[in-house]
Amino acid sequence: MCFGPFPLHQTMASRKESAASGSSPLETPVKQIQIDGLVVLKIIKHYQEEGQGSEVVQGVLLGLVVEDSLEITNCFPFPQHTEDDVDFDEVQYQMEMMRSLRHVNIDHLHVGWYQSTHYGSFVSRALLDSQFSYQHAIEESVVLIYDPIKTAQGSLCLKAYRLTPKLMEICKEKDFSPEGLKKACIGFEIMFEEVPIVIKNSHLINVLLLDLQEKSTVADKHELLNLSSSNHLEKSLQLLMDRVDDMNQDIGKYNTYCRNLSKQQQQKQQYLQRRQQENTQRQSRGEPPLPEEDISKMFKPPQAPPRMDTLLIAGQVTCQSVIFMGRSLF
Amino acid sequence: MLNHMIHVPVSILCFTANFLLIREIHVANVASTGFCQPPTSAGGQQHESHGDLRSLSSSLFIIILHFLYEIMAVHGPVVKIHPVVLASIVDSYERRNEGATRVIGTLLGTTDKHSVEVTNCFSVPHNESEDEVAVDMEFAKNMYELHKKVSPSEVIIGWYATGYDITEHSVLIHEYYSREAPNPIHLTVDTALQSNKMNIRAYVSSQMGVPGKTVGVMFTPLTVKYVYYDTERIGVELLQRTRASPSRTNGLTTDLAQVASAAGRVQEMLTTVLSYIEDILSGKVMADNSVGRFLMDLVNKVPKITAEDFESMLNSNINDLLMVTYLANLTQAQIALNEKLVVL
Repeated sequence: MCFGPFPLHQTMASRKESAASGSSPLETPVKQIQIDGLVVLKIIKHYQEEGQGSEVVQGVLLGLVVEDSLEITNCFPFPQHTEDDVDFDEVQYQMEMMRSLRHVNIDHLHVGWYQSTHYGSFVSRALLDSQFSYQHAIEESVVLIYDPIKTAQGSLCLKAYRLTPKLMEICKEKDFSPEGLKKACIGFEIMFEEVPIVIKNSHLINVLLLDLQEKSTVADKHELLNLSSSNHLEKSLQLLMDRVDDMNQDIGKYNTYCRNLSKQQQQKQQYLQRRQQENTQRQSRGEPPLPEEDISKMFKPPQAPPRMDTLLIAGQVTCQSVIFMGRSLF
Repeated sequence: MLNHMIHVPVSILCFTANFLLIREIHVANVASTGFCQPPTSAGGQQHESHGDLRSLSSSLFIIILHFLYEIMAVHGPVVKIHPVVLASIVDSYERRNEGATRVIGTLLGTTDKHSVEVTNCFSVPHNESEDEVAVDMEFAKNMYELHKKVSPSEVIIGWYATGYDITEHSVLIHEYYSREAPNPIHLTVDTALQSNKMNIRAYVSSQMGVPGKTVGVMFTPLTVKYVYYDTERIGVELLQRTRASPSRTNGLTTDLAQVASAAGRVQEMLTTVLSYIEDILSGKVMADNSVGRFLMDLVNKVPKITAEDFESMLNSNINDLLMVTYLANLTQAQIALNEKLVVL
């Protein structure tokens, strides 16, 4: 799972204050994403150089919105979040970077962020928060998930996700109790929606690629045809088991909550009954009835556990199992 | 074969160098003794004739360098470039300001004794006119600081420029960069495609001329190699496919299609090798010992397993995968059920 929350909500808040948000909400959400080849190479390079130690590397995507598709034309990486570097100002870094890039005519519109993932485990609270703040500020933003391990197995694994409108509403309400979620009628399948990606290159880049192909002497390695994928399989299975364990615990908590709630209801009923009985007895004896006590104060309802984490875990488990099925024969 | 080719141009180069140097010394001597009347009487004009000679020699050098670049192996660090750097350069060229003919920027990377590895770059705004060039050095410093925060191991190792020639302004810019890095390399990427190709060249500067009298700067070419990380190679392979489609776009294909295409490629390679061997056996092509050794390696690399063992291994592997798939499906069904029960 991700280490260190991504402090982007602060950045986004400050951006909203400083810059006038002139983006009008789109009628149609983003249907397709067009990525420049340069962005792909940069993301790969960033993970390769800086991501070997910790599990997650992150960065910002820049580009523009064209009708119903999102064009990502450049990106820049975010430095690792180290605990001992307290005075490092992430907001300032971002502002400076964007200002400098504006000087060289690079699109400076924030359209999303990217993150690398370890064996497909990226659905977490931090990701949700960051993506929510991004989508709240900029309607069309996406999060690109890059899976370096699957890429090393032979095929580039880059996926783009957005939060569904329903999930956005729920996050706005911040009501994660079971009743709230039941009202919104949300399941884990409609948390994230995947947007198809298309890679686009300009003509000059095509010329460059042609040149590279002629001149480069690196041999094809054909990792795709590698039959020994058991290592990855083991690791993925282990992570899946961990997630299922988490899910189990969470469900156990919810069950205890339900049981407590029903027990409390019973107790309330019993108390009321006894009260009534006593009252009738007293009336028959001619004594004043006992005052009605505030029942709610006596029986405080147990705390409802937030269900959002359950949803997240469920989503994560789904993702991992999907990865299994997609990857299974190779 | 390459060695022979090297000797000839090296000798030409030395000869030309000697010739030009001697001429320059001669002119210097002549000017100091005043024996031979210089073309103009004023003393200041002598510098102009020197300048003419220097520009002539430098242009001659440049011509010779361009001619020799492809075949000459040069002494100096080998430059290893990652494709992300080149893509970045091309992209900043496409985004250049109106009226600018070329773009310059800083190269970041790592160096060691024999090679220089270029892993990152950023463009620097600059203004260039006939007689002067202005580079935004503050910007360059700022960007370098920002980049250092992300990857602290990268240092400034040189600079790049798009365009075919090395101009006088390049010398000035190179001087500035030699203050930032010990021995900066200069990379040119020909985005104007003058020779129908994007010539990517690297140079390092070295002193030339008569020490003490007239010195100049010569750009010596270096060999350029392209290095890829594994994942980078896979990414580049994917990008290559955009060349094929007319709209220059390419979707990320499904796994099965990719495996099929990879298997197809291997099959093609095998057929090529087989046809080559048949040609040799039938005598059409001369047998080459080095190729023969490679073929021996290839055949020896195939592990010695009997057919039954291989089949049983493959089957057990597939069984594992099927079981995992089944379990994953089961988990998914379980979660869906759970969801429904909670909502009820």
